[in-house]
Amino acid sequence: MTDEKKKAPDSGHVTRRSALIGMAGAAGTVLARNSAGQEVQVSGTSRPHVPDDPTKVLGTWSSELGERSAFEKLKRVPSATRSSSETPLQDLHGTITPSDLHFERHHAGVPVIDPERHKLVVHGMVRRPLTFSVADLKRFPAVSRICFVECSGNLYHDAPEQTTAQLIAGMTSQSEWTGVMLSTLAREVGVNDDASWFLAEGADAAVMTRSIPRELWDEAMIVYAQNGEAVRPENGYPVRLLNPGCEGNSCVKWLRRIEFADRPFMTREETSKYTEPIRGGVARQFSLVMDARSIITYPSYPDAVERGWIEIQGIAWSGRGRISAVEVSTDDGRSWQRARLQEPVLPKAHVRFRHLWNWNGRETVIMSRAIDETGYVQPSREEWIAARGPGSGPYHRNPVTGWRVRGGGDVVYRVEEWA
Amino acid sequence: MNDKPRSATRVSILSILLCVGWCNGVSAQDEAPMPVRFGFGHAATAEEIAAWDIDVMPDGTGLPPGSGSVAEGEALYVAQCAVCHGRTGVEGPNDRLVVHAPDEAFPDAADAATWRQRTIGNYWPYATTLFDYIRRSMPQNLPGSLDDDEVYALTAYLLHLNHLLPAEARLDAESLPRVEMPARDRFVPDDRLGHREVHR
Repeated sequence: MTDEKKKAPDSGHVTRRSALIGMAGAAGTVLARNSAGQEVQVSGTSRPHVPDDPTKVLGTWSSELGERSAFEKLKRVPSATRSSSETPLQDLHGTITPSDLHFERHHAGVPVIDPERHKLVVHGMVRRPLTFSVADLKRFPAVSRICFVECSGNLYHDAPEQTTAQLIAGMTSQSEWTGVMLSTLAREVGVNDDASWFLAEGADAAVMTRSIPRELWDEAMIVYAQNGEAVRPENGYPVRLLNPGCEGNSCVKWLRRIEFADRPFMTREETSKYTEPIRGGVARQFSLVMDARSIITYPSYPDAVERGWIEIQGIAWSGRGRISAVEVSTDDGRSWQRARLQEPVLPKAHVRFRHLWNWNGRETVIMSRAIDETGYVQPSREEWIAARGPGSGPYHRNPVTGWRVRGGGDVVYRVEEWA
Repeated sequence: MNDKPRSATRVSILSILLCVGWCNGVSAQDEAPMPVRFGFGHAATAEEIAAWDIDVMPDGTGLPPGSGSVAEGEALYVAQCAVCHGRTGVEGPNDRLVVHAPDEAFPDAADAATWRQRTIGNYWPYATTLFDYIRRSMPQNLPGSLDDDEVYALTAYLLHLNHLLPAEARLDAESLPRVEMPARDRFVPDDRLGHREVHR
């Protein structure tokens, strides 16, 4: 099993355009056949029965569980190995990712865990080793925080023109997370002053482990809720670690054990996997913070646009704090304009940007670059490779993404060669 | 309410004034300070900790009793590992476990082709990590099914395939941490600058 970014999608992916085309086509067909009293199937999926005039037909009554309109076909795209799946960035409008569309990455599948039996053992360099049930954790003062979680291998490199934003960068998602601060539990167990790392261990079949350095402890949380309800199974039910702004793998899911120590544990993931060869014959380790990045999600492949006014939209984020600006270029990077940022602009969180563009109908490339509060500017592919080297591997790649808008209005991914 | 708009407004203004005065005089009590301890949870028992405390550190801390030989490891590898990693550890389909040549180098950031070569013999900095990882999650179809002797044996065999142990070797808690890995001193902690410059 490899943890690098997927190669090519192994299944058809629903796109905004195909969804719209499907909806329009199906709606027309359904209406025509409804008058003849026939059921219609499209792509194996039942289409809703659409009355000629919804004001003349009694609607359905209330239900125990809501669901999306049958016309909406949002889907993650699982990788060939089914060890990951990606958020449909191009189909979303805000900054919160619906929980069932949060990206997945797991190394031995999603475990089934009974919350009544789950335990979190906290031990090591502490005065009072303690065991907490999920109910115990919920008794502590709670904190909610909106932030992104991103896989550090979040770039589909060498992608063809026919690639969606979902496949390019869909391994970032955002939720409102709720749980207890690590610092609260640290007080409870009495962490030794000499402790400088802790091991986080999951209860999945990978028994995932990562060492977390002290500088991340102030913001770290043990969370049990995602967007107001229990964390989803694939996101760590019943509890996971959350290190805001840091690579997803460090936010160990299905958390069962925390062990404080005075050095890192040198687990497989933090030595042989989530590390990057850099210039000088060495590899960088514990590179946990995600650098600033942005991507235009509209228009993007497979959208088709018309000349005239277009509101370019996308998301930007940084693991180092707030996004201070997003710049958009509509002339293949020759000039840049400042985009509008949708409030609230939260630290270590997706922010939505918008930029009005009056397209003259001529072929061009549009792109965005994020600037965060440290002054860091999201690099181009060329700048990234010049800084790190072409053999630096697939982790922490955050290049500017371009979309080519063809003369006829078709939008495709601006292909880049990563080798 | 609609027939008395003026008096309603007067009442509202009066309420605000009263409220401002009231709030100035008597502020809400501050939240109780966070206690030193809440007393939630229970003391972790020695059994609870021992059942899960399976991590192994580079100096050997955490290694259990037991031992295993290269020869024992080969039999286990053929039976349980070769299906995913290939008969000689290089064929896949899953991760390659063995360097192609004894002197196969550490990946070079300047050469894109070398990234895929990283494996135990040229990239793993600690032999103890191999034991830790095999014990906690391998084989993928039966994770946690190997006993400690078997994990020592598989660790020994993989190190042998990577030209780091002789064929007659046997590993235990004493000898495993002493295996010198070629990549031992090749890792640096995060040295990104965290500011304007594109990080190296």
